[in-house]
Amino acid sequence: MTDLPKSLADNPRLDRWLRFAEGRVHVSVGKVEIGQGISTALAQIAAEELDVSLGRLAWRAGDTQLAPDEGSTSSSLSIEIGGASLRLVCAETRALFLAEAARLLNAAAEELEVEDGAILHAGTPTGHDYWSLVPRVSLARDATGTAAPKPRAQHRLVGTSTPRRDLPGKLTGGAFVHDMVLPGMLHARVLRQPRPGATLAAVNEAALARHGARLVRSGDFAAILAPTEATLRAAVEAARPRWDNADTPTPAMSEAAWLATQPADIRTRGSEAAPPPGRSHAATYSRPYIAHASLGPSCAVAHEHNGILEVWTHVQGVYPFRINAAQTLQRAPETIVVRHAHGPGCYGHNGADDAALDAAIIATLVPGTPVRVLWSRADEFAFAPAGTAMQTALRAVLDAEGMPADLTATITSGVHVNRAPGRLLASRTLPNAQPLPPPAESSDPYPGTGARNIVPYYDIPTWRYEHRLVAGTPIRTSALRGLGAVVNVFALECFLDELADLVGQDPAAYRLRLLSDPRARFLVERAAAMSNWSARGPAGTGIGLGMGFARYKNKSGYACVVVEVEADTEIRLRHIWCTADAGLAINPDGVRAQLEGGIIQAASMALKEQLRIDETGTATRSWADYPILRFSEIPPIDIELANTPDEPSLGMGECTMGPTAAAIANAAAHALGVRVRDMPLSRERIVATAAS
Amino acid sequence: MTILTVNGTLRESAAPPSTPLLEVLRNEFALTGSRFGCGEEQCGACLVLIDGTPTQSCGREIGTLQGRAVTTIEGLQDHPIIAALIAEQAGQCGYCLSGMAVAAAALLARNATPTRAEIATALDPQLCRCGAHPRILRAVERAARMIAGGEMPR
Repeated sequence: MTDLPKSLADNPRLDRWLRFAEGRVHVSVGKVEIGQGISTALAQIAAEELDVSLGRLAWRAGDTQLAPDEGSTSSSLSIEIGGASLRLVCAETRALFLAEAARLLNAAAEELEVEDGAILHAGTPTGHDYWSLVPRVSLARDATGTAAPKPRAQHRLVGTSTPRRDLPGKLTGGAFVHDMVLPGMLHARVLRQPRPGATLAAVNEAALARHGARLVRSGDFAAILAPTEATLRAAVEAARPRWDNADTPTPAMSEAAWLATQPADIRTRGSEAAPPPGRSHAATYSRPYIAHASLGPSCAVAHEHNGILEVWTHVQGVYPFRINAAQTLQRAPETIVVRHAHGPGCYGHNGADDAALDAAIIATLVPGTPVRVLWSRADEFAFAPAGTAMQTALRAVLDAEGMPADLTATITSGVHVNRAPGRLLASRTLPNAQPLPPPAESSDPYPGTGARNIVPYYDIPTWRYEHRLVAGTPIRTSALRGLGAVVNVFALECFLDELADLVGQDPAAYRLRLLSDPRARFLVERAAAMSNWSARGPAGTGIGLGMGFARYKNKSGYACVVVEVEADTEIRLRHIWCTADAGLAINPDGVRAQLEGGIIQAASMALKEQLRIDETGTATRSWADYPILRFSEIPPIDIELANTPDEPSLGMGECTMGPTAAAIANAAAHALGVRVRDMPLSRERIVATAAS
Repeated sequence: MTILTVNGTLRESAAPPSTPLLEVLRNEFALTGSRFGCGEEQCGACLVLIDGTPTQSCGREIGTLQGRAVTTIEGLQDHPIIAALIAEQAGQCGYCLSGMAVAAAALLARNATPTRAEIATALDPQLCRCGAHPRILRAVERAARMIAGGEMPR
């Protein structure tokens, strides 16, 4: 038995993944489509190993009844772990069928091949295929992981830019959970507890009745049900809930600087020796609270019937959600079926889980009636988990040659992973809600949450860091694309530019002096060449060129980003270049799409985004309050992928986030001659920095 | 009762006159390609054409549309922008895409040879959160070339 990848170790039965019926291969996986193209890339892997056409595949992803438990679709692991598992499943299944065919044909398995599911012997049809052999080959067995996947030279689908299988369906109706209609379905909305601990004193129930709506209530959980969206909206407006005991945050809490004043759980890692004496430099960087800001508000449909609670949702993990819902509803997980349905891109832990739990609770209060919950845009901004504010302070001691000999980091952050049972919004309003311990998460660097990517990928002899985890964030936080790596890479890469500047060296050359991994060096050199880095001018001209590099989690996808900006009191993007190393790219165009998406989201974050807090909680309630990058602000983006197909595939969804934010800040510093160290690099911050 | 034309077919809506067109399309006519993004005319996910003019259907009351002609994404399935968006793989989650297609169709109807800057300006009210913008811009250019090459929208 080899070491199986986690998804396969957790779900070893082959028939949990594959079933052959009626000329089709029914593939079931736990990694779900969230716009990242995973259902296409995984299909390429399956069709490749089974030697069937893509058209043969029937796909099911994320279903607690019908698909394996692969946890959450997160952390850029769906190819690295989910893909590796599916590859072994398909390779082993193919080998089992070939062994049976060989026995029937009295031939050696090596003489057989598969063509679109049909088994050939010396290039001639044998009359056998996967489907005809189904009665003879049982997949009710555990994978051994011993069947060798195809060598790369034989790949015909893997490594090609196969078009997204789900895209045509999204250019018309019916594609999303938002479009689901069940007979007799009611529309529902939860009256949102404005602040944790607030108690519901009164609701104008008489007004609800006038709109044909009604209230269901359990403790401080209250929801309105109505026959149409229009009546629901009118009823919600008329409900006028009165909440007592809401705390009152302050606008100052909007900033990462406030977080740094709060009590923290402090963990340290790395060198226990004190930093050596010598010339040093220190700087502090930050990002405020960020919204996932999915384009569609969160939505779910739920139906309690015959003792089963069925939930359709766009959560990243149907099984983790089921555990969560089961605990909150105090019922056996086996009585809950959770099925993934398409939703808007989530970029991490957005409101999907909360909306699903809303629908689940309401459905149990009106058994027999299907309910649909669709959040308002205001609720999505105000109540979906935010990406936490974070501050990373760095201090380096330089050696005689001006290179960093020692690095000390202090990270102050709220939690980045906040999905455990009891922590979803509605959970804390139910009568059975239990007090929760402070959120806990690891301070280890790998895979890392707040400390992700704080250990330099550069050759810096000694390092240490302190992770200050603050439980008392003013708003609920959870995973957002890149977690702590975004701010840590932003800080480290800005800091390297500051060090290079301090000792009068070119930032790209400075990085190369510190990088020994040849794959990393190649990307930096190539990005410099693409962007004509050698012609980079002096600082302070209003035009700037900046670079950022990272290897995500120090073990996953590599990206180097160079940005050219024009800056005065605001920053305009002129051009972005990106080099990246994905190892074996299952779908090169899909990799490029993920890189582009990460670059644009990070650019938007770096330049514009901040959730505002006031006395009511999250003051940001609409797109007008939360501008994101628009078409006319997006520059040409040139991307090159390293040609490393013999290296293992690496997840690419998050690797550009930190490098892009840093490259923009470095370019802005180059253009302006002064450095803004706090995201977003807004007009206000630029003016304030220039004045100080 | 509001009588209007939707994608070339005469339809009657029994919804109260103040009901947003988006809800009538989605819930009464089962045309769910127009999407709810904000309900505040700020994101463009619900964009439709009303007598050819791009309009955010979340903010338009059905009662104002007596005798008017509405075109939704379902009515643009033969427009070259659909094939162009697929050819450019111009989408990630896809939630914004029907609005993008409608905005592009409206642009191409009034300007068959838009520059990149003109496309960006026309699409600026449309939000995309996945970062598919470069591909969407390329898709509109591709659709313009397809139209110039004789693949006319119906």
